[in-house]
Amino acid sequence: MSSPVPPDLSDRIAAATANAIRIAEITLPPDVLERIVAASEDETSPVARRELMHILENIRLADERQAPICQDTGIPVIYLTLPPQIPFSSEIVDAVRKGVREATVTIPLRPNLVDPITRHNTGTNTSADMPAVHILPGDRMQVTVLPKGAGSENVSRLKMFTPTEKDRIPEFIVETALLAGGRPCPPIILGVGIGGTFDGAASLAKEALLEPLDQMTPEEMEICQKVNDLGIGPMGLGGKTTCLGVKIKSAGCHTASLPVAVNIQCWAARRATVEVPLS
Amino acid sequence: MTSPDSIDLKTPLGDEVLSLHAGDLVTLTGNVYTARDEAHLRMKTDGIPFDPKGAVIYHCGPVVQNNKIVVAGPTTSARMNPLTGFVLDAGVKGLIGKGGMSPEVRDQLKDRAVYFAFTGGCANLAAARMDLQGVFFEDLGMAEAIWQIRLDHLPLVVAMDAHGGDLFAAVEKSAHEVFQRAYPTCTGTRR
Repeated sequence: MSSPVPPDLSDRIAAATANAIRIAEITLPPDVLERIVAASEDETSPVARRELMHILENIRLADERQAPICQDTGIPVIYLTLPPQIPFSSEIVDAVRKGVREATVTIPLRPNLVDPITRHNTGTNTSADMPAVHILPGDRMQVTVLPKGAGSENVSRLKMFTPTEKDRIPEFIVETALLAGGRPCPPIILGVGIGGTFDGAASLAKEALLEPLDQMTPEEMEICQKVNDLGIGPMGLGGKTTCLGVKIKSAGCHTASLPVAVNIQCWAARRATVEVPLS
Repeated sequence: MTSPDSIDLKTPLGDEVLSLHAGDLVTLTGNVYTARDEAHLRMKTDGIPFDPKGAVIYHCGPVVQNNKIVVAGPTTSARMNPLTGFVLDAGVKGLIGKGGMSPEVRDQLKDRAVYFAFTGGCANLAAARMDLQGVFFEDLGMAEAIWQIRLDHLPLVVAMDAHGGDLFAAVEKSAHEVFQRAYPTCTGTRR
């Protein structure tokens, strides 16, 4: 029987969560910003250039106004690393959700969380089971927040391939961007999960979105180029920049299956990590 | 921010919008009304709570605090595809959103109205050029209520014009052709 989480640790977890959400919502990570700046210098069409200038001006204004970058402040996807001396408990999840409720009021965030069928809005961005808190082992206690908007989430896809279809994975990824068109607010980032199980592939795809964009493998760069060749452009209005980056994560899977998930992320690729002081 | 070659428009819009073409850069000044799925459904049953003649509907669910617009970027317009005919019939002359709308809406716009695209996610750029004027159907909640907002030169692009011109459709068609050439044997899902 582990000792209960001390109340002051609960408060620190809540504060760190709210702080991570604030940073993520207001400031774009430097690797993402760098890609958008590079794209704006590369575009030649007046419409595409203007769209990217709007995005850069918006990022500057978010910082100046200390307001969220986008009004779809998303549903926070939360990853928590726990060091060996902190046992996992429901109180830790409660503390994270308390931080989400605080951030909803103080930043403020748009209340996005509803019952899936009645569509009743809880008003707090939390419910008995949301947001999901993914626990990972670590040497320090850290909370990572990825606020996920609906526009890009809604056009994400998962396919259970047969093992002999592995060569068709790149075209599935590119096709996902094609079918999404302008709807996920391009330029987009593609998080790809290959392998695992049905649910595991989706988790891998989401985790891939946490990876920095300044390092891409030749395979990731080739898929990125193929997506850019489509010419969908910023906001689907045409142009050279459809995709800022592709990140692939893979895991072992059943010999008879090959799950592939593509999680689309809009240009507002918000993520932040904050350490929770243990004492 | 405003391009020197953009056309300045003011609400209520008149027949000047009929001469716009897909790809034209414009700015919009004056009152607009936010409306998403729920607001459209309510307007359909209870009536449009503002004067629709020459009005502009903005597909947007803003964050509002203390009677001020905190952030207010566009939402995906395609969700309003089946809910747009009646507002155009009532005299609405402009729609603002992101991602474009269906071929049915493109037909409904003909000789009547235009669809403007505003950069998705640019909620601060929008809010910096907005003044909150009032609200209708507030019981629908912050994101779904109709907010009356005065715009000051919001930069937009004409994405669907009153002659059947459609920037999104043209880009999409070309993207499909590129994809088909890159993966000629692909048998995946097609829209």
